[in-house]
Amino acid sequence: MRGKGKATAPVKKNIKNGKVEFLELRLYVAGQTPKSLAALANLKKICHEHLNGSYKLQVIDLVKTPQLAQGDQILAIPTLVRKLPVPIRKIIGDLSDVERVLVGLNLRETGSAK
Amino acid sequence: MAISKARRNGNSGAFPQLEKARTGIAGFDEITKGGLPKGRPTIVCGGPGCGKTMFAVEFLARGATQFGEPGVLLTFEETAGEMTKNVSSLGFDLVDLSARKKLLMDYVRIEPSEIQETGSYDLEGLFIRLQYAVDSIGAKRVVLDTLEAIFSGFSNQGLLRAEIRRLFRWLKDRGLTTVVTAERGEGMLTRHGLEEYVSDCVIFLDHRVTEQVSTRRMRVIKYRGSSHGADEYPFLIDEQGFSVLPSTSMQLNHSVSRQRISSGVQDLDAMLEGKGYYRGTSVLVSGTAGSGKSSLAAHFANQTCADGKRCLCVLFEESPDQAVRNMRSIGIDLEPHMKKGLLRVEAWRPTQSGLEMHLLRIHKLVERYRPEAVIIDPITNLMIGNTHEIHAMLMRLIDFLKTRQITAFFTALTHGGSALEQTDVGISSLIDTWLLVRDLELNGERNRGIYVLKSRGMAHSNQVREFVMTKKGIQLLPVYVGGGTVLTGSARLSQEAREKAADLGRQQETAARLKALEGKRKALEARVAALRAEFAEEEGRVAQMTEGEEQREKKEAKDMAEMISLRASRRIRPDGRA
Repeated sequence: MRGKGKATAPVKKNIKNGKVEFLELRLYVAGQTPKSLAALANLKKICHEHLNGSYKLQVIDLVKTPQLAQGDQILAIPTLVRKLPVPIRKIIGDLSDVERVLVGLNLRETGSAK
Repeated sequence: MAISKARRNGNSGAFPQLEKARTGIAGFDEITKGGLPKGRPTIVCGGPGCGKTMFAVEFLARGATQFGEPGVLLTFEETAGEMTKNVSSLGFDLVDLSARKKLLMDYVRIEPSEIQETGSYDLEGLFIRLQYAVDSIGAKRVVLDTLEAIFSGFSNQGLLRAEIRRLFRWLKDRGLTTVVTAERGEGMLTRHGLEEYVSDCVIFLDHRVTEQVSTRRMRVIKYRGSSHGADEYPFLIDEQGFSVLPSTSMQLNHSVSRQRISSGVQDLDAMLEGKGYYRGTSVLVSGTAGSGKSSLAAHFANQTCADGKRCLCVLFEESPDQAVRNMRSIGIDLEPHMKKGLLRVEAWRPTQSGLEMHLLRIHKLVERYRPEAVIIDPITNLMIGNTHEIHAMLMRLIDFLKTRQITAFFTALTHGGSALEQTDVGISSLIDTWLLVRDLELNGERNRGIYVLKSRGMAHSNQVREFVMTKKGIQLLPVYVGGGTVLTGSARLSQEAREKAADLGRQQETAARLKALEGKRKALEARVAALRAEFAEEEGRVAQMTEGEEQREKKEAKDMAEMISLRASRRIRPDGRA
């Protein structure tokens, strides 16, 4: 991914060229469903453990603001969208698989994720 | 509510009928007896390029414009901009409809490469978007084009199927009349077996090519709770959108007219009881190439328009301009009629499309212009495909025209050598009035003869007439029948000249005789006059003599009396004279 060879480092963290990368995240949920709550809890944990506070998280409840679903092409709920850095990435599901979330957020190389 | 309305619409009246949402697609509502099942999902499936999306979009656009039912178009494959462009060629302005809140387009983009799945999820987002779209314009109709695209975006098939089932249930619960398009699959109707979720109505579109000519066909595979036409119906997508050709009823129950319409050729009318064709019947003129079929058609068109009636001409051999120019040579100017809008001339290549497409186009033209007469020149050019098909399709066409009381005028080209009384398409039995134009080759000339082979319901002439094209149009001359052959052209002329000469000779002879007789009478009269003069002379002489005698006698008697008185003797008196 992104032209990099297989890295041995288990966790890349959001550090690029010595600078801390800032992540803008959006979590789309639909009401207080178990899946949504689980996703939020899992996400908060991941952010706390892997992002060093360099992120912005926005939780959007589509039941309250359905018009926002179109913008980020949301179909599945819950969906975590990484708005920044580009390219946009989407992770759907309750984010219970931490490894896959990290790969999805491009915080870990695919090779070592499996 | 549904039941009470259905009762009003229902044809039986006794049982509540399934409520239907009219599509406004020409012909389709007839096949399905009212449209798609209202408030239920329908699957439209077929191979690539068969017109699924067109059908769906037209369903929405017509619903929004004609039936006051706004619609939501959820596209999974094309963006709203692309879709708008694609259907604008069919005469639908989606931008305008969107601006007027009659249509809402939402492009659902699924990019598998940017999606990572972790743990359980559902498609609530899709439901929310749909709900939001439906609510924002008060939609009654929904199109999902092509829903199956979501199968490429998500890996959990079991979950997807459950969600799709939920989606259809959801659409039904909200009473949304939905069209779902789906790609045709191997061994089943749709690639992902959507038909097992949508069991109300399944429409199959097909696009097949036979002998390099493509034909689109439609079939209603399933329509729960309603009877429907089960045949394959040809359909067409053109600048007016989608149109389906419903097969007309095969019953022979069309009403008939006693009204007559002129053929445009006075002499031909004379052969048909002096009145012409019956209105609303079918007329066939068959003959070999160059025998004057098109000219007869032009006369008929000219006459129809001159009577102030609309006429539709479908030409397969000439362009409209060419036809107008050519007909001027026989003194028929069709242009004023075209300018007045009474005559509509359409021409296209017979090889351009399949037979059904031709007939569908004719159907459409008839529906649009509502003519009283339709001319197809020549019908034999429609011979694409097998004979059985042609026969069935032409029967449909003739039946269609008859039910609308439209006089159909066909020309048919027969090939030299084949029996003239046989048309290649075998439609003779469907024809009411059949005129045969044939070549009569004699004395190094090729002349035309016309006769009425049959004409149902009238005592038509049994004569073969010579058919002459003059600068003032067609004239039918009585042909010379003698010696077992009919004489036409110069043979007829020379025969006529001979007859004239003989006539002249006879006339001269008679005149001479009369003259001689007159002379004789004059001579006789002269003689009579002479005799009479002689007689008069004689008479005069006799009268003179008689008078002299009388005078003499009187004198004698006087003398006698004098003598007696002188003698004074009574005895000597010889008679009683005093």
